[in-house]
Amino acid sequence: MANIDKVKAIIVDKLGIDEDKVTTDASFKDDLGADSLDIAELVMELEDEFDMEIPDEEAEKIVTVGDALDYIEKLEKA
Amino acid sequence: MSKVALVTGASRGIGASIAQALGKDGYHVIVNYSGSQDKAEAVAASIKEAGGSAEVYQCHVQDFEAVKEMIKHITSTHDSLDLVVNNAGVTKDGLLMRMKPEDFDKVIDINLKGAFNVIQNVSRPMLRQKHGRIINISSIVGSIGNAGQANYVASKAGIDGLTRSVARELAPKGVTVNAIAPGFIESDMTDVLSDEIKDAMLQQIPLGHFGEVNDISEAVKYLASDSAKFITGQTLHVNGGMYMG
Repeated sequence: MANIDKVKAIIVDKLGIDEDKVTTDASFKDDLGADSLDIAELVMELEDEFDMEIPDEEAEKIVTVGDALDYIEKLEKA
Repeated sequence: MSKVALVTGASRGIGASIAQALGKDGYHVIVNYSGSQDKAEAVAASIKEAGGSAEVYQCHVQDFEAVKEMIKHITSTHDSLDLVVNNAGVTKDGLLMRMKPEDFDKVIDINLKGAFNVIQNVSRPMLRQKHGRIINISSIVGSIGNAGQANYVASKAGIDGLTRSVARELAPKGVTVNAIAPGFIESDMTDVLSDEIKDAMLQQIPLGHFGEVNDISEAVKYLASDSAKFITGQTLHVNGGMYMG
C-alpha cells in the first residue's frame, strides 16, 4: 500500500470520517474535526505504522494531511 | 466475555481486597505485585476458588519500561482492558527535617510516578476501545496533611491532581478517571502504627471505628460500574467522616 493510502486508512479509522474528505490539503482540525486528543492519537498511530518517532515540535507543524505525508516521505528519504 | 481489570500492588492489603472484590464481580483480574509472589499467587488462587478468573504479573510500577511490557502483555492476551486500579503504594515515614532525599524520591516514584507510568500506557488502548475506567487510590492525608508523611502526602495530593487532569484529557473518549481516598483502614500499612496513634486517630473518626479493606473495594466496584458512568475527575473520600471536604 502506498503511503497515502496507509495514512488515509489511519485517519478514516481514527476520526470516523468518509475517505473522500481526506484530501492532501484538508486540515485535521478545521476540515476533519480532529481535537488535540485525536491529533495526539493520530501521531502515535503514524509513529507505529511507519516505525518512527515524531517529536512534539515537528508534530505541531503537521496541520494538513499533506503535511503528514511530506513528513513521512522526508524521513523515508533521509 | 468477561471484563478485564488490572490492580497494581494487589498482593496484600487494600489491593488484595480490591482484586478479590473485582474477581467476585466477574472481572478477569490481573494481580500485579512487586515482590510478594507467594502472596500474589494466593490472592489469584482465592479469586479462582471463589469461581472467578485471575492471573499474576510481576512488575515494579516505578519502572516505565516494565509497565509498558505489562500493558502490552495484557492487551495482547485479552480483548480489552476495561479497568485499571492504581493501588501500588509505599510509606517511608519520618519528620521532614530528618527525611532522607532518597526516601522522598522512592515514595514519589512508586506512588505517583508509578500511577503516571500505568496511566500513560493504558490510555492508548482505552482511547482506542473508547471506554475504560481508571481508579487511583489516593489517601485522606492528601487532603488534610499528616505530620511525618510529607513524602507520602505529597504523592497522594499529586494523585488527586493527576486524576483531575487526566480525567479532562480522556473524557472525550469515554474514559473516566477517579480517585478513592481511604481514611484510616485496618490493613498491612496501618498495622505497624502504635496503639497510641491508633487511639488518637479513632478520636477523629465521627463514625467511631476504623474502616475495613472492604469499604474501599466496594467503592472501587461502584466507580467501576455503569452506575458511576457520569462521574469523572473526582476523589471519593471513604473515611468514616474523618475529613468531609
